[in-house]
Amino acid sequence: MFFNPFSKDNPVVVQILGICSVLAVTAKLEPAIVMGLSVIAVLAFSNVIISLLRNTIPTNIRIIVQLVVVAGLVVIVSQLLQAYAYDVSKQLSVFIGLIITNCILMGRLEAFAMGNRPWPSFLDGVGNGIGYTIILVVVGFFRELLGSGTLLGYQVVPQCLYDAGYVNNGLMILPPMALVVVACIIWVQRSANKDLQEK
Amino acid sequence: MKSLRHFFDKARPAFEPGGRLSAFGSVFDGMETFMLTPRTTSGPGAVHVHDANDSKRTMITVVLALMPCFFFGMYNTGYQHWLALGATEFPFGQLMLYGFLAVLPRVVVTYFVGLGIEFAFAQWRKEEIQEGFLVTGILIPMICPIETPLWMLAVATAFAVVFAKEVFGGTGYNIVNVALIARAFLFFAYPAQMSGDKVFVASGTALGYGEPVADGFTCATPLGQIASATGDALQLTGIGGYSISAWDAFVGLIPGSFGETSVLCILIGALILLFSGMANWRIMLSVCAGGLLMGWIANVFATPTYPASLLPAGEQLLYGGFAFAAVFMATDPVTAARTNTGKWIYGFLIGVIAVLIRVYNNGYPEGAMLAVLLMNVFSSLIDWCVVQANIRRRMRRLIAKTSES
Repeated sequence: MFFNPFSKDNPVVVQILGICSVLAVTAKLEPAIVMGLSVIAVLAFSNVIISLLRNTIPTNIRIIVQLVVVAGLVVIVSQLLQAYAYDVSKQLSVFIGLIITNCILMGRLEAFAMGNRPWPSFLDGVGNGIGYTIILVVVGFFRELLGSGTLLGYQVVPQCLYDAGYVNNGLMILPPMALVVVACIIWVQRSANKDLQEK
Repeated sequence: MKSLRHFFDKARPAFEPGGRLSAFGSVFDGMETFMLTPRTTSGPGAVHVHDANDSKRTMITVVLALMPCFFFGMYNTGYQHWLALGATEFPFGQLMLYGFLAVLPRVVVTYFVGLGIEFAFAQWRKEEIQEGFLVTGILIPMICPIETPLWMLAVATAFAVVFAKEVFGGTGYNIVNVALIARAFLFFAYPAQMSGDKVFVASGTALGYGEPVADGFTCATPLGQIASATGDALQLTGIGGYSISAWDAFVGLIPGSFGETSVLCILIGALILLFSGMANWRIMLSVCAGGLLMGWIANVFATPTYPASLLPAGEQLLYGGFAFAAVFMATDPVTAARTNTGKWIYGFLIGVIAVLIRVYNNGYPEGAMLAVLLMNVFSSLIDWCVVQANIRRRMRRLIAKTSES
């Protein structure tokens, strides 16, 4: 339950959820990591809260209740980021707020937290959050390395390579390349896990 | 020929299943069918064979049609280099030799990278090697500036072959034009190296031949000059300050990407393609019609804010990659629309969009590449609409007929 979402049931590359934020925040590694941590926190706690409330929520307004819980948690995360990591929260701008609309959240709340006890829901939330973060970090790693020649803001590609004629790949900074990198991850993953391949 | 046959016959057992080199079976098969006529032909049961034309012959004919542009590109590369040196005499042989040496490493690199990937994928999938890269490999150096660094060409070729072709299933399954994807990759990934006024003229020595040009000359392409022009009148100048006329652009002695400057040579190529039945005249014609119409509209509403709108409609077709795209890119049978009506729409929109981007986006001096790529994506949708419209029309006719009787 906890380890499944890392690879076999990964929310991004298997369930294809939360793609928009993967495109938006992965141009650099640092915002990708912060975004991943935020999603882990919001997902874990909203899963727990909804799981605690699951027997009292009327079915016909459950989506609204889920949204209120998620929105409350997102506001807390957003305020915390603004207080302690102002620069990163500037870079992430609207995307922290848009965690509310991240399909992974609604998906996990609907599919898991509504029907399970709090502790499994917590594990499920953290697991899926980490699965999402892994992809974010991998994509952010390649995009920052190839697009800017840096990692977490530090110069990684040595100057002698630039002197020899190497140039950063400007396309990696643009959103299309995030899709291509995600596609590559999916490719590698499906080649490794035969049971994921469609007939 | 006989010794070649003998050589292949002798080598075959090693490559057959169970042989020492069976892992390279597709490489052997590719080489044998490239050198010799295949031994097996379709039997009487193969009812779908209606032409002796296979994809190898198609590819070779297209490469042949590209040759005038290619040779002229060699000459023009040398010519522009001599101009940049400030020469007054232009010895034909030396110009050709310089151009040949300048383009040779680029062709070698694209073929090496592209064919390497094709061979590897064929081997991996246990398929025959497809010959699709024969054309792509020569197109890529022809549509890039002559000063493109070799490693960039290699990266772009690898990207295009893997992500525009192999992931879709290989030759014949690609949705967009592979050579143009390589060009677009270069354009967006390395904008500083792919535009500006230095890259379109060879300024160094070519494999040690020729003299390096001193810094300080400028040689923007005509479209590059237009995009940054100010005032009510366009002044196009070549290297050394002589003014470029429409005739120069037609013949092709202007700075530009290696193979696409000469409209004259492109027309020769177009004739070869049309007479051999490889390309479709509807697409060529409608691309030009679209370009002319949009050029005319832009010219009617000409304003100095968009300097390219000052260009007469006819001249829109002469500069940049428009003619090359119309003849060699838009007509690619794999990525173009299949239905005849669809071809008219597809080509017309390419022409319109190419000039639209060129005129109304000063950041992109040339729009032909983006126009073809965009319409490649839409071509199957166009076909679908045409087919559906046909079905509806025939259905109405059928209903009308049956209700009569």
